[in-house]
Amino acid sequence: MAIPDALPFINLRWDDLLFIILSVVLVGSGLLVVTLRDIIRCGLAMMVCFAALAGLYALVGAPLVAAAQVLVYIGAISVLVLFAIMLTQTKAAPARLVFQTQALPAAIAAAVLGLLIALTVGATNWNAVAAPIRTGTAILARVLFDQFVLPFEIVSVLLLAAVIGGIFLAKREEDGPA
Amino acid sequence: MSHSLDAYLILAGILFSIGTFGFLARRNAISMLMSIELMLNAVNLTIIAFGAFIPTLKVQGSVIALIVLAVAAAEATVGLSIVIAIYRNRKTPLVDEYDTMRD
Repeated sequence: MAIPDALPFINLRWDDLLFIILSVVLVGSGLLVVTLRDIIRCGLAMMVCFAALAGLYALVGAPLVAAAQVLVYIGAISVLVLFAIMLTQTKAAPARLVFQTQALPAAIAAAVLGLLIALTVGATNWNAVAAPIRTGTAILARVLFDQFVLPFEIVSVLLLAAVIGGIFLAKREEDGPA
Repeated sequence: MSHSLDAYLILAGILFSIGTFGFLARRNAISMLMSIELMLNAVNLTIIAFGAFIPTLKVQGSVIALIVLAVAAAEATVGLSIVIAIYRNRKTPLVDEYDTMRD
């Protein structure tokens, strides 16, 4: 039996259904990241958030970026953040207060910002096409290593500098000048 | 819905606002860094969405997003090592207790 084009009863296309599910997961886990009391759970919610974003990238037709998102964010940055959390968590530190005293004004400011973005998006004509254009990996590789090879190399140097800087900043100073 | 640029842009806007709130409101320095990651990801989603829906941009969108990804990794490395270095001196990850400069 062939899979129907749309969901049987509510006439929703499959990619729309995926978009809704991924959006709900994304926004929900994003809210958990900024509101949960236990910071390790914040880190785990952040991983869920990144996974939903990778799904959205694949849905909109950028599979290589989705794969890089899984590798870099879920695989590397989340682990780094979790390590940093565990290095800086003490038994005394589970803070009585999660938020600053300015949390309410911050919430209002963030809501206003989101509203402004939504209004601007709604009021602008972007000349967008009706369906997303898929970016093939072959053509992306050709553009990246041909037209954008200099930025690519600069980014690699930047990463090297960041790694050296990270080691230098985080290492204990034992015999050096205090 | 998944075929409209507006939906993706509004979704990215919501994620960016959540990140803004987290950055302004949390007390823990690592929570603030996580909020910055959320904001970076929202921007990346915007770039990917523009790349997919604006024909003149299409492959460049993915290229920019990949470079942003690498720069975000560098930022996370340096940011977290700075937080760890401060934690080693001050024994607390809470930013509102970093007030030595005030005395």
